[in-house]
Amino acid sequence: MADSDELRGRLAALETELVHIPSLDPRGLEAAEVRLLGRKQGALTEILKLLPGLPPDQRRTVGGEANRLKQVLEAAVVARKAELAQAATAAAARGLDLTMPGRLRHGGGVHPVTTVVEEIVAIFHGLGFARAGGPEAETEWYNFGALNFPPDHPAMDLHDTLYLDIPDRRGPAERRRNRSSGVASDFERRDLSDRREREQGRWLLRTHTSPVQIRVLQQEPPPVRVVIPGWVYRKDTFDASHAPVFAQIEGLAVDEGITFVDLKATLSHFAREFFGARTSVRFRPSFFPFTEPSAEMDVSCGVCGGKGCPACKGTGWMEILGAGMVHPTVLANCGVDPERYTGFAFGMGPGRIALNRYGIPDIRLLYEGDMRFLQQFGLRAPGELA
Amino acid sequence: MNVSRRWLEGCLRRPLDATEVAARLAMLGVTCDAIEPLHPGLEQVVVGLVESVAPHPNADRLRVCQVFDGTPERRHVVCGAPNVTAGSKYPFARVGVTLPGGVTLERRKIRGELSEGMLCSARELGLGQEHDGILELQTGAAPGTPLLEVLPVDDDRLVLDVTPNRPDLLGHKGIARELAHGYGVPLRLPEIPGAPVTGLGTLRRVETRRAEVAGVTVGTDDPAGCRRFTAVVIKGVKIGPSPAWLSDRLQAAGVRSISNVVDVTNYVMLELNHPMHAYDLAQLHGPAIVARRAQPGERLTTLDGTLRELSPSMTVIADQARAVGVGGVMGAANTEVTAATTDLLIECAWFDPAATRRTRKALALATDASYRFERGVDLWGLPEAQRRAAELILATAGGQVVDAVDVWPEPTAPPRIFLRVARVALVLGESLPVECMERYLVAVGCTVLHKPEDARLAVEVPGWRPDLRAEIDLIEEIARLHGYDNFPTELRPYRVGRLGDSVLDRAVTRVREGLAALGWFEAQSIPLGPEPGPGGVKLLNPLSSEEAWLRQRVLPGLERAVETNWSRQVRDIRLFEIGTVFRGSESGGRPFETLRVAGVLTGARAPAHWSAGAAVDDMDLWDLKACFAAAVALANPAADVQVEAGGWVARLGEDLIGHAERLGLAPPAWAAPVFGFELDLNPEGRAPLRYQALPTTPGAWRDLNLVLTLEVTAAHTARVIRRAAGPLLESVEVVSDFRSEQLGSDRRAVQFRLRLRGADRTVRDEEVDQAVSRVLKAVEKELDARLRTS
Ligand SMILES: [Zn+2]
Repeated sequence: MADSDELRGRLAALETELVHIPSLDPRGLEAAEVRLLGRKQGALTEILKLLPGLPPDQRRTVGGEANRLKQVLEAAVVARKAELAQAATAAAARGLDLTMPGRLRHGGGVHPVTTVVEEIVAIFHGLGFARAGGPEAETEWYNFGALNFPPDHPAMDLHDTLYLDIPDRRGPAERRRNRSSGVASDFERRDLSDRREREQGRWLLRTHTSPVQIRVLQQEPPPVRVVIPGWVYRKDTFDASHAPVFAQIEGLAVDEGITFVDLKATLSHFAREFFGARTSVRFRPSFFPFTEPSAEMDVSCGVCGGKGCPACKGTGWMEILGAGMVHPTVLANCGVDPERYTGFAFGMGPGRIALNRYGIPDIRLLYEGDMRFLQQFGLRAPGELA
Repeated sequence: MNVSRRWLEGCLRRPLDATEVAARLAMLGVTCDAIEPLHPGLEQVVVGLVESVAPHPNADRLRVCQVFDGTPERRHVVCGAPNVTAGSKYPFARVGVTLPGGVTLERRKIRGELSEGMLCSARELGLGQEHDGILELQTGAAPGTPLLEVLPVDDDRLVLDVTPNRPDLLGHKGIARELAHGYGVPLRLPEIPGAPVTGLGTLRRVETRRAEVAGVTVGTDDPAGCRRFTAVVIKGVKIGPSPAWLSDRLQAAGVRSISNVVDVTNYVMLELNHPMHAYDLAQLHGPAIVARRAQPGERLTTLDGTLRELSPSMTVIADQARAVGVGGVMGAANTEVTAATTDLLIECAWFDPAATRRTRKALALATDASYRFERGVDLWGLPEAQRRAAELILATAGGQVVDAVDVWPEPTAPPRIFLRVARVALVLGESLPVECMERYLVAVGCTVLHKPEDARLAVEVPGWRPDLRAEIDLIEEIARLHGYDNFPTELRPYRVGRLGDSVLDRAVTRVREGLAALGWFEAQSIPLGPEPGPGGVKLLNPLSSEEAWLRQRVLPGLERAVETNWSRQVRDIRLFEIGTVFRGSESGGRPFETLRVAGVLTGARAPAHWSAGAAVDDMDLWDLKACFAAAVALANPAADVQVEAGGWVARLGEDLIGHAERLGLAPPAWAAPVFGFELDLNPEGRAPLRYQALPTTPGAWRDLNLVLTLEVTAAHTARVIRRAAGPLLESVEVVSDFRSEQLGSDRRAVQFRLRLRGADRTVRDEEVDQAVSRVLKAVEKELDARLRTS
């Protein structure tokens, strides 16, 4: 028969051990843990084993005290263990030179122009624009005629065009049979049913992404909201500021009731999202055959903040994109009723934006595939001493 | 287009600031590429009155002058000019002033005499080359007056970028018209010093193809190419240099002064955008001057001295005997005005824009005239140009207008467009008062008539605006004059489109991000190159033969990138590119475009680390295989990687859609072998991801070291193992591939690790043993393989 007073005394004795625990060394702590809290022969376990011999009311009170003490002891042991572990790490570290480089893995990365394209597309995604694409080889009709470029007009001088050496003129049925064994992309499929291609003039490499406006409008009735990133071609000598091939992003919104105010609002919103909330935006009149009114959008120069610097030729503004209300003739060319529908379109060059944003002085760097260049824009952990 | 600020000031009769003009024009749609100050640095030079001239005590050729410069102090100035005269006025630079040449004047002693400033020559002021003496000013202006008020030579040249739809902005009057509205001033032509008020002649309008003017037959036999032809005959002129104001003005606009008459034609072109030509009447055969089509094989030596072959599609200007000019493009040397010319025929005509453009391109002869005719000159503005030319010639070269004629076989009125008032708000999103619209349209030169009955405006468009052809063009003018910045910028509710994202573009993003995450860098190369082989698509007008074909494969571009990296001592290269390749269709027509992914890899498998002495293995075939498999899984998920012809290929059904191999590039001694792959990008057939239940039971494993003949592949062996082991087998892995003399040259030992697991209970040792013995039996029977014993 256990005696509750005796058990209380043993508990009190155990409680004094609490004072010692914070100064025990690792070995002492381990021994103390076994001695006090061990599951088979620990002092507390021994006490708990005797509890059933007590009268029920005493069993409850002594049991309660024993469990409280158990918790306190356990907490003290855990705390001391943590302290010791920390000290051990510090001690081990004394022999290490922590400035030595860490062990790296190969990092990869997307091209800086891709980064810019994806950011732009993501912003327009948020504004309800879907991503569309189109072919790089085009006909004169899609690249110029449908976009309201008058034949023999000086506006063509702004588009130095690379033409393709393709003898043509088959019927559409024949063309339909001649399908690529590889991937038939969206546009290829669409195109197979396009009977008008016969009268569309010479083949060329598109000089802008605007022909995709035509393809999208031919394919889908309004409402249409799309962004179209893609490669475009110009007969330009490859030098520090010109490349024969470069990226462009086109945008198109056509519906009932779309106005110049929507154009301004959408593109201003884009500019603030892309260049920062404090960016100022201005719109200037411009000329594109396929839009009317046409506009050029400038944003305040990110280098000088609008005060004027060499980067912005002292104007405080950077020209970012061309835009305008879709010309009624263009809508009509696509079978869209220009009396009922209006819309806006825009286009910009992510390559040029990337050059500006990252301070890249020569456009050719974008096309060389120099690993040291690409690594600057990828995932990297510098292996330097630090 | 080079624009002179002073010229604009002459049109607007008010002072202008070039920077402010450029800013206003920018907001009207004309970008200013540069502002070039002309004759800068003269702001501080003043008019100085030489009150007395005395000989220099110590130098024969120097004088000591007393100069009054408007301040109470008189200045002592030592001057070496022979022409300095007491009582005359000269440009005077005080001490402290910096002259255009960069010299800053100081107070100093010249041979013992104090000199406080300088009396300047034209050359010292940057106004000419004459250094004969100081520049005497014929002026009543008080001493101390800024020189520029007396000698208004300072100017600013604004280099404007005029869009091709705005020919009117190729003349100063057009630019001034744009500005007049904003400044609220009337638009006039600058006054011509010494211009006669009368005697300018009146053009006689004839509606036939030909007419006589002072005995000369003029007109147009080609009304399609030359719709209207005006001619003015001026006799008794004296060819000579232009007055300073005229040559200065041309120079400010970037045109060299030649002689008074030629300068006048250039002046009218730069002011009113009407190219015109002055013929020496004495040189015209007939005498006649007529626009007609060129005859087959006809030739002409143009003013630039080149003999040119003409074709019947071209409009020429001809006299009785020969062509004397290419219509709208360039005159010929044979009728040029010379110093001996006394009688002139001034031609001012309208040439068809598209035809001019075709002729200019065919002759590869771009001129200021062709540039303007291509864009469209004002068909209704020819008389004004002729009148202006006559005024200028009479003022600068004398003579008398003898006769003037206007040949216009089929006269037309300027176009009239209807503008629905309601439509303006529908396009612009903002309601403007009708009076406001009207004001803007009038400002650009339109005549507006109200049609209140159907809320329309009837708008007569000015001839100098060929770009205004439809209602929408007028709406743009209203927006432009209102100011784009004055429209609201608030997002209004909109409907989203019906189209979803292009599946292909989404796939491209997924592949690109996947490969980048695997440690590769995206490259972008020019998809043009040399002939790629059969089926290539060729450019008609390539920049060079090296870039004359569209690519058929992406890999060659990446191989070039590897060589570029090597040339820059970069050894570790992991690049991929996603791009379009082109293949001609056998029967012509649209070339096939396919999106492809390619990659190259060479060099260290991982970044070097000091813990291993910076030793890292280079990537080998097995790295290539894993990369290729990963790329196929990302880019063409329905395809399989197969071993074929000593390498790996990817097949989608029967179609070969990709391959991977060691590339033939020869690495420099310090570089590593290069591997590459290329495949079609095709997102179709991507299986949707499904969750696989995680195992809840413990598993077991056994290694089997099997001796195989060399013909037996690991993949085949694994298939046999899988089949024989039964349902408990979870996976088979290869642990090692061992070869030795003991095994013999025709055998190898491959260690397989079999992992077994029961689906719902712990697998028992006996079950594992049974599975292994089934496997051993099967491989022995089917593959002649046995366990390695030694
Ligand atoms: Zn700046």
